Amino acid sequence: MNAFIHHFSFEFRAGIRNKQLLLMNYLFPLGFYLMMGFIMAEINPLFREDIIPAMIVFGILAATLLGIPDPLVNARENGVFRSYKINGVPSISILVIPALTTILHLVIVAVLITVTAPLLFDAPSPVNWLNFALIFIAMAFACAGLSVLIGVVSPSSRMTVLWSQLIFVPSMLLGGLMLPYSMLPAVAGKFAQLLPATQAMNAFNGLAMGKVAAFSPWGSVVMLLVSGALAFGLAVYLFSWDSRNTARRGHPLLALLVLLPYVVGIFLFS
Amino acid sequence: MKNPMIEVKDFRKAYGNTVAVDGISFTAKQGEIFGLLGPNGAGKTSTLECLEGLRAPSGGSLRVVGLDPASEFHNLRNLIGVQLQSSGLPESITPDEAMKFFCAYHSVSPRFDLLERLGLAEKRKAQFYELSTGQQRRLSLALAVAHNPQALFLDEPTAGLDVATRVELHGMMRELQSAGTTIILATHDMAEAEEMSDRVAILLKGKIVSIGTPMEITATGAGLTKISVRTQDSSLSVPGVAFPAVSQHIFKDDYNIYFSSDIGPTVSAIIAHISDKGDTLIDLRVERPSLEDRFLEITNTGVAQ
Repeated sequence: MNAFIHHFSFEFRAGIRNKQLLLMNYLFPLGFYLMMGFIMAEINPLFREDIIPAMIVFGILAATLLGIPDPLVNARENGVFRSYKINGVPSISILVIPALTTILHLVIVAVLITVTAPLLFDAPSPVNWLNFALIFIAMAFACAGLSVLIGVVSPSSRMTVLWSQLIFVPSMLLGGLMLPYSMLPAVAGKFAQLLPATQAMNAFNGLAMGKVAAFSPWGSVVMLLVSGALAFGLAVYLFSWDSRNTARRGHPLLALLVLLPYVVGIFLFS
Repeated sequence: MKNPMIEVKDFRKAYGNTVAVDGISFTAKQGEIFGLLGPNGAGKTSTLECLEGLRAPSGGSLRVVGLDPASEFHNLRNLIGVQLQSSGLPESITPDEAMKFFCAYHSVSPRFDLLERLGLAEKRKAQFYELSTGQQRRLSLALAVAHNPQALFLDEPTAGLDVATRVELHGMMRELQSAGTTIILATHDMAEAEEMSDRVAILLKGKIVSIGTPMEITATGAGLTKISVRTQDSSLSVPGVAFPAVSQHIFKDDYNIYFSSDIGPTVSAIIAHISDKGDTLIDLRVERPSLEDRFLEITNTGVAQ
């Protein structure tokens, strides 16, 4: 337990001390939130209704997808994991602790957004706080798992950026952050349901913000939780201590199984 | 007789079709400093990594402190200390945090005294990337010994260190040795290997080509002694001057250097020659072959004599 606390404490402080992580955890989400609040809310007043869930989902996407995988890949390539192994740091700690500390940073960001948005931009507050917190946790869990999995299977920083952007960019365009899900063409809507951001926005709308969900909001919560658990499980299974080791338990393409809950969800909950 | 702490028997390591280590055997006893020498690609790091449990051997058997590193690594990790060739720490961790972090995983109290002893007192709050290469290696060493390991693996421990820190490190190695710690020292620094190691093994292309004490290894070579002479009037530099038992003569930095297989007749003849020519002897040095000379001899010829 003592070791876990020291590890957690170091990782949490690194999230503020490390310039790249500070940017992804705080500066980028909060800067984007302020910019969108001041500009987008003026251009499209309806955006005020979505500003809290949309900017929280954006913060989660930035801090996890853009913040977690690259440090994991760099640590593996620079021999940090080897050093950890020799000193008895378990692989589960290597994967779970950065995710937990990122979620803690996200809680701070989410609180800042939720408290300031009604004051600064006249944004409506959540009507069901418990569901709001639950959906936040589910989304953060799903994206943190996905990000850890990307960090585990990516062979290099370059590939990490590619995989992360493959989820981040469509999430921004189709995830319901900028454009309501109901305005998407049917095919794009089906594709959008493969994205955690779409599920989170749908759940926020239906369960926390007093709006109407486009499809089953509890189904969205279940999908997020199941995909998060699956992503962490796959990450632990596919983890390797260093890239030069030829012994690996499974092919990196197994990571695509993480999409399975969303695919099943399209049939079950749409 | 002290217990063997490291036992390597017919150890083999291959990466695909490339054989890095090809059936080597050696043991290191409790409290022994055992040097692993060899040119790049000789198999030193592969051997160390398998002994440390970072890789699985392809064949043979390995025992470290009585345990199999591949299958009993969980029990082994508190018994060994490792200083990797690359320091391998997160770039934003501070020496203080690293000490707390690793000691916590070894279930021992942090040894901040080691940071001070290794000259890191003023850098305890600095981030890892802000440390110089030498400071990073010192931190890595402090972390490797903080939990009082029974076996310590050092991979190029003094690379990038200044003279004072190097002396401090050697003192620390002697203390650990006195306390019964077995040290496996992989290094390119022959002077360090000769000074610190009780025994050394020279690896070449995955095989041990020579093993023994530094004295034994140097004694098994061609056995030429180096005689360096400097005189006032350079009477030795005249063409055609030759001395008995000398197999090679070079002139460098005002010194005539002779490699002799029998120093008695050679030195006598040199002194007689200087006296006969009315010259004055300024400096005369007789040096036995060093481990480095022997190492170069072996690696150049590829065989131990």
